[in-house]
Amino acid sequence: MSILTYNGGAIVAMKGDNCVAIASDLRFGVQAQTLALDFEKVFPMGPHLYLGLPGLATDTLTVRDRLKFRLNLYELRESRKIHPKTFSALVSNMLYERRFGPYFVEPVIAGLDPVTFEPYVCNMDLIGCINEPEDFVVAGSCTEQLYGMCEALWEPNLKPDDLFETCSQAIVNAFDRDAVSGWGAIVHIIEKDKITSRKIKTRMD
Amino acid sequence: MASERYSFSLTTFSPSGKLVQIEYALAAVEAGARSVGIKASNGVVIATEKVPKSILVDEHSVHRVEEVSKHIGMVYSGMGPDYRLLVKTARKKAQQYSLVYQEEIPTAQLVQRVASVMQEYTQSGGVRPFGVSLLICGWDNNRPYLFQCDPSGAYFAWKATAMGKNYINGKTFLEKRYNEDLELEDAVHTAILTLKEGFEGQITADNIEVGICDASGFRRLDPNSVKDYLANIP
Repeated sequence: MSILTYNGGAIVAMKGDNCVAIASDLRFGVQAQTLALDFEKVFPMGPHLYLGLPGLATDTLTVRDRLKFRLNLYELRESRKIHPKTFSALVSNMLYERRFGPYFVEPVIAGLDPVTFEPYVCNMDLIGCINEPEDFVVAGSCTEQLYGMCEALWEPNLKPDDLFETCSQAIVNAFDRDAVSGWGAIVHIIEKDKITSRKIKTRMD
Repeated sequence: MASERYSFSLTTFSPSGKLVQIEYALAAVEAGARSVGIKASNGVVIATEKVPKSILVDEHSVHRVEEVSKHIGMVYSGMGPDYRLLVKTARKKAQQYSLVYQEEIPTAQLVQRVASVMQEYTQSGGVRPFGVSLLICGWDNNRPYLFQCDPSGAYFAWKATAMGKNYINGKTFLEKRYNEDLELEDAVHTAILTLKEGFEGQITADNIEVGICDASGFRRLDPNSVKDYLANIP
């Protein structure tokens, strides 16, 4: 079994009409044994910027802290907010520094541009190869199911409420078909002047 | 000999609170060839005089105006060899930035980083301060930038300024000529006029160098384009 699925976890991010959604499951386990039901894998990195880090839980926390460190330095040095695209370059650069002894995380970035409020989503592999599609990105231990759900449900220009529904249905129905992720989910909807975070109750088996 | 006691170690303050080696570095700048920079509404220009030591020198073999990155260029007054090292460092800093962030370095960031290097050379062992002041011009954020970097590591943002020999005269001239809504073409004209003030001998396309920077990036003007500007000057 891959170390990337040792603790389990699923993340999805989607673009909408002037908004983006990012969701993660809440399970933390060691192989088949579930240990916690409140392990969020999506972290705020700014007022319109969220970072999802599924993978090995210890690296999730380390990478989150080290990126926050680099981000804080960047924003102080340049006295401006980072653009999501620049942030993903920063993440990618940090991961590739560990090319031959990587952090076992597959980051997902979702946010709005701080100037134009253009939606942005991307994901990358554990050594920082960026994928920047127009619609949605997935990562974690049930990507096949997530891709299936997203391809079935997603459509262009969804409004925030519809995007929430689409994103929630996609992640819930995907991780219900995976043993090492699930046990509740949290969904963040990022709009220009509002962030909505909702916890979703799901099957607990 | 009391003043000499403080003039060898770079890092020893004199009783009046000065670091005299840094002041000597500024003196080296003030003895150097003049350069000017002017910010316009739609771009920025830097220019300098390039008087060869002998008529036998091939004046097209060395440049004083250099490109640092696509949207940033710089020029200097002071010691040529020190400048080469700073150009190399600045280019490297610009590339390092774009390697990490996949975007061009903002002018203010480059200036800050180059100034940090210059400051290091005022506090490290076995080195001397740079004998140059830099004019760094750039275009980002949809607006022009013009900075001066001194040997001490201090940097300033200017609308227009002059450095080098008789820079005070140059600045006074610019104060009279400058206005906020100057356009790039006029700014190039004014920059050349500033150099012309107190220029020893005849100004030609071969003994000045001009660099301009606008939304399309930085470029050094070739002698033929400089000649066109000179044709409009009485």
